[in-house]
Amino acid sequence: MSQDLPAQAATAPPEGEGAGDAPDEPAKPSPLLEVRDLHTTYPIRRGMIGAIRRRPHQWVSAVDGVSFSLDRGEMVALVGESGCGKTSTAQTMLRMVDSKSGSILVNGQDITKLEHKEMRPLRKSIQMIYQDPYESLDPRFRVGQAIEEPMLIHHVEGNDEKRHEIVVGAMVRAGLTPPELYIDRYPHELSGGQRQRAAIAASLVLDPELLVADEPVSMLDVSVRAGILTLLDGLRRTGKMGIVMITHDLSTAAHFADRIAVMYLGRIVEQGPAKQVVRNPQHPYTKALLSVVPKRDPRDRSVPQILQGETPNPVNIPPGCRFHPRCPVAEARCQTIDPQLHVVTSDEPEHEAACILV
Amino acid sequence: MTLLEVRDINVWFDLPEGNQLHAVQGVSFDLDPGERMGLVGESGCGKTTTILAVMGLLPANAQLAGEVRLDGENILEGGEDTVRPHRWKDISMIFQGAMNALNPVKTVGTQIVEPMELHGVAEGNAAKLAAGELLELVGIPARAAARYPHEFSGGMRQRAAIAMALACQPKILLADEPTTALDVMVQAQILELLVGLAQDLGLALILVTHDLPVVAQVCERASVMYAGKIIEIGPMDELFHNPRHPYTRLLFAATPDLYGDEEVLSIPGTPPRLDRDIVGCPFQPRCDSAFDRCSVELPELKSVGVGHEAACHLNDLVEATAGRGGEGGLG
Repeated sequence: MSQDLPAQAATAPPEGEGAGDAPDEPAKPSPLLEVRDLHTTYPIRRGMIGAIRRRPHQWVSAVDGVSFSLDRGEMVALVGESGCGKTSTAQTMLRMVDSKSGSILVNGQDITKLEHKEMRPLRKSIQMIYQDPYESLDPRFRVGQAIEEPMLIHHVEGNDEKRHEIVVGAMVRAGLTPPELYIDRYPHELSGGQRQRAAIAASLVLDPELLVADEPVSMLDVSVRAGILTLLDGLRRTGKMGIVMITHDLSTAAHFADRIAVMYLGRIVEQGPAKQVVRNPQHPYTKALLSVVPKRDPRDRSVPQILQGETPNPVNIPPGCRFHPRCPVAEARCQTIDPQLHVVTSDEPEHEAACILV
Repeated sequence: MTLLEVRDINVWFDLPEGNQLHAVQGVSFDLDPGERMGLVGESGCGKTTTILAVMGLLPANAQLAGEVRLDGENILEGGEDTVRPHRWKDISMIFQGAMNALNPVKTVGTQIVEPMELHGVAEGNAAKLAAGELLELVGIPARAAARYPHEFSGGMRQRAAIAMALACQPKILLADEPTTALDVMVQAQILELLVGLAQDLGLALILVTHDLPVVAQVCERASVMYAGKIIEIGPMDELFHNPRHPYTRLLFAATPDLYGDEEVLSIPGTPPRLDRDIVGCPFQPRCDSAFDRCSVELPELKSVGVGHEAACHLNDLVEATAGRGGEGGLG
């Protein structure tokens, strides 16, 4: 098992180029990433008293039946408020936490069933970019060293010169040009945007197929955000890489992602092509969320539909539709029927929402 | 009468190397009662330092020059002695991250009562009653005064922080990034609250933020800061539809809009260092419209419309004034 994995990782990129049309197999080629009915739970600390009294263990359902897929060359955005499960979904995809049930297929292989040792070669092809480039780079490493490090960890074949070549190549792809200007600098000598570019370069040296970007620009200044997002956009447009972007910023998602999945309390409540979801939202939660996004144009002061309260605690998920206590249009049956994602518009088969009223 | 007149504020920070960083370089603006003004710019542009100067809360290594006139009286004149009577009572502030800086071992009510008693606004039961009313005003039930900050959600803690800032019935509220750490829905709740307070209590509000859309939706006018200076000030509508400084235009173009289709563009380069003298326009190295004059001569803020000023040499070119504004690529 562990032997054929590196081979697969090595053959994957050429496969990716022809991903659009079916390669050898007659069946539909498996997408780069397919998440099916994923559930992730975290135990809640009972505390000393709870343990003595033998109170039952309680669990938080952080991810509660999430399904989506991603192809090479695509960018999908998971959006939602804090606590909606978007980061937990990403962490489960990277096996930083284990799922309770469901599957995560990467190139058709279910990674939830793999031992951690078997995961290792796969980790090369799944890379993550974190929110805070100030924390994700080691302050004692020069930029060049930081970018080379993943290759050393994964024992990538080749000598110093070859690795140097890859480092320089990754820096150019990440927009740290000219590379010789930055390669010997320390992170503190870089601006926030340059630091995030260095972190992206470090994730590129292993030639990943799947990039998970968790709020990649929220720590950066407005003037440099667009550059980083355009960089990510360009990387996936080469067709070899798929990107899952996690963001709370709907404007960014609308601009850069192909598809948007809106999450609420561990579920995807609406998903579809980005423009469709933004311009023709179906789920009441999506509608409310979009209405409160501040618009750039001061003349565009449409009345925001402000929901009262905050996202409920995922320990006590409301019965029926989990959004019904805050929903402005909820009916009596919403308290009992747990709505599933279904196609909502006749002209767009990929636009789905989980609401019985649409 | 103008409530607050800020005149030619300069702030220098002494650096350990012995040199100085000129963080705020001649900032002036006016604020009327009940007015909502935005102070926007990237990190390090001096927006927070400016309002700390207005509050008289600069750290010990800072040197300050300029005037802050409150109802005509220069409160900076006598240093701490002349600022103290007005701080919190007339001018109040919500610090960045205030919601996470509440005292964890005191109830929320106690923390609102404290400044009231300290400033002699109210005492004992009257203060407690007032604290309850303040909490109701910001959308928290009065009985929650007996609770501790950890029992509150993020949005409620921010509301409590606003209630605390309002404890001494100020006329001016300076809010430093009041919604940055909050979710969009909670952000909308807090912004609605701040606008409501300004309207109902006649509170003048300065909203300090890097988030242009937030300012566009909340404020009537805004000052855009760059490298320690206000480079453009004017009605929000003018700043968006008719920007007269390239930085303002580029900052809007770098901000994605929910329904906008145009390309989002970053601004190349980084702001200049403020511990060195800058020759010419500080934005010139990053500007897409710079010409010879920009690298040698510092542009001054000049009137370009009603209540609209900009510091850009382009506005002196007659043909530019006719063409530039409308086709800023933002429409």
